[in-house]
Amino acid sequence: MEHHPVSSSGNSPVIAQAETIPADLLAKIDEAVTHYPVSKRSASLPLLHLWQNHFGFIDDSAVKWIAARLDLEPINILELVTFYPWFRQQAPGKTIIRVCRTLSCAMAGSYELREKFCHSVGIDPASDHHHGLPTSPDGNYSVEFVECLASCGSAPVCLINDDLHEDVTEADVPKILTQYLS
Amino acid sequence: MKSLLLPPHPKERRVVFQNAWTQGYTPDIECYEKHGGYAELKKALGMKPTEIVDEVKKANLRGRGGAGFPCGVKWGFIRRDDGKPHYLVCNGDESEPGTFKDRYILHNDPHQLIEGMAIAAYALNANLAYIYIRCEFPKAAKIVTKALQEARAKGYLGKNILGSGFDIDIHVHQGAAAYICGEETSMIESLEGKRPYPRIKPPYFPAVLGLYMAPTIVNNVETLCHIKQILKIGSEEYSKMGTPGDGGTRVMCVSGDVVRPGPYEIPAGGVTLGELIFDVCGGLKPGRTLKAVIPGGSSSKILRAGESFKIKSKGADGEMIEKEIPLLDLVMDAASLAAAGTMVGSGGVIIMDDSRNMLWALNNLNQFYAHESCGQCTPCREGVLWIDKMTTRMVKGEGIAQDPATLQNVADNIAGRTVCAFGEAASWPVQSFLAKFPEEFAVGEK
Repeated sequence: MEHHPVSSSGNSPVIAQAETIPADLLAKIDEAVTHYPVSKRSASLPLLHLWQNHFGFIDDSAVKWIAARLDLEPINILELVTFYPWFRQQAPGKTIIRVCRTLSCAMAGSYELREKFCHSVGIDPASDHHHGLPTSPDGNYSVEFVECLASCGSAPVCLINDDLHEDVTEADVPKILTQYLS
Repeated sequence: MKSLLLPPHPKERRVVFQNAWTQGYTPDIECYEKHGGYAELKKALGMKPTEIVDEVKKANLRGRGGAGFPCGVKWGFIRRDDGKPHYLVCNGDESEPGTFKDRYILHNDPHQLIEGMAIAAYALNANLAYIYIRCEFPKAAKIVTKALQEARAKGYLGKNILGSGFDIDIHVHQGAAAYICGEETSMIESLEGKRPYPRIKPPYFPAVLGLYMAPTIVNNVETLCHIKQILKIGSEEYSKMGTPGDGGTRVMCVSGDVVRPGPYEIPAGGVTLGELIFDVCGGLKPGRTLKAVIPGGSSSKILRAGESFKIKSKGADGEMIEKEIPLLDLVMDAASLAAAGTMVGSGGVIIMDDSRNMLWALNNLNQFYAHESCGQCTPCREGVLWIDKMTTRMVKGEGIAQDPATLQNVADNIAGRTVCAFGEAASWPVQSFLAKFPEEFAVGEK
């Protein structure tokens, strides 16, 4: 995953994502649309994934641009962004740490593991999960609980960017974090 | 997964897992072909499609995604020559808590799935298929996408595959972290680019009005791999591996408080619960005793250590006899677990020992269902949230005396009153935990 977080609180003016679509992203979008010969609307999720992988999140211009590309209304895209937990409307940290919360992982200590990750990167473990990803002050890390990652036999597990880490102990956290130095 | 690096346990029979952990086995197409890959697709293209459907019926293959519907019967709903487009969708949304098998197939043996899908598509006269992979499996999506390109380049996919005149193309479609998409009509909505609200059945049975309102078959990853294996070993041999009505092998995913958790591929009905825990998985952790078992994914009803079940079976003279079966002697197949009031489901077995608090465990599952309810049906959207709020309060020691009765009442009013089976999936844990462990939910009597 490539992430290019855009700060919304900085002094520089925020540039709409749709103003800066690179050629390789456009090519990937064109290719994805061909996978759905019956209905372009089916390409909504793939386009949102491609967009978020490139820009880090989905801004208002993205909603309008993707809708127009697929001959849809913006609400058809926005309602996906607000429904599916994977899509975000705010910039995340450069590294996203997703700790599995569900039963087998919880039995193996995933609540303690999430707290350890939070403390290690400077996130308040009590921070609100529902308004953007809890992100460290330096913008380097986001930590969130996610539901079952389907690796219950090697609990607890976490997904860091694209990598699944299995049988993770609290003692492993510092070493794991060094793999994702920004 | 450490257990997979061990030689197979004597109770195991690796069929869909036969290559995945072979030393030196790689997910590329050359390696797959060296191991007999795509031989069954060639065989299938020389058969009549109806012969393939019959083979799957005779194999007694039940769907491995959770509902356990007989696969051949499902396929039989498709009328091959109705003049409509048909679609095949592979359900790779694996997200039922306790279930972890499909990722290994997608990562280590993607061509087995692709071959199974090509055979299925030919049998169903489907020219377009999708593999819906949850986005939390980013590597699986990359590996499968590459495997699809390899298969296209070799003529196993695309136009006129292997000169048969049959066209089939397959694409990967990534989900977006919503458990509900594992429900087949929800998955279809998601594939159509919509919010994944499940469709009401009838009339929207996928085999009648599925993807793009056309006849569609949705099958689990493991199920589609079994299709290839059925053609390889023949339906007769395949069905013999299991029990009547539940043929072949099933990957049992064991997690929780055992020494060797892992996915174990075992002939259906080939082990009892006791053998699975104490033999295959090396038993409980030292000094611990068994407390509870969730036998088929988090939605299946929990069983309590020490309980027994009255189960009917056919005696030697063919007459039905009723026997009292203790929990640990329960055979892990569809019929036995159904007779015990629960289900084999997705094969996700969660073992809990005497260190576990059942209120805490139920609350963990309630949070899952509260997070995952799609919100379409009021009983589920509201009920599951309130169930979560109640058990969260009880875990904090702030429960009130009527909480257990209220929990029961709310759960009873969700199940059976929703468009999809999520209502049952979320209610069954509540109902069964309360029934099996009432003393852990009583407030003010501890």
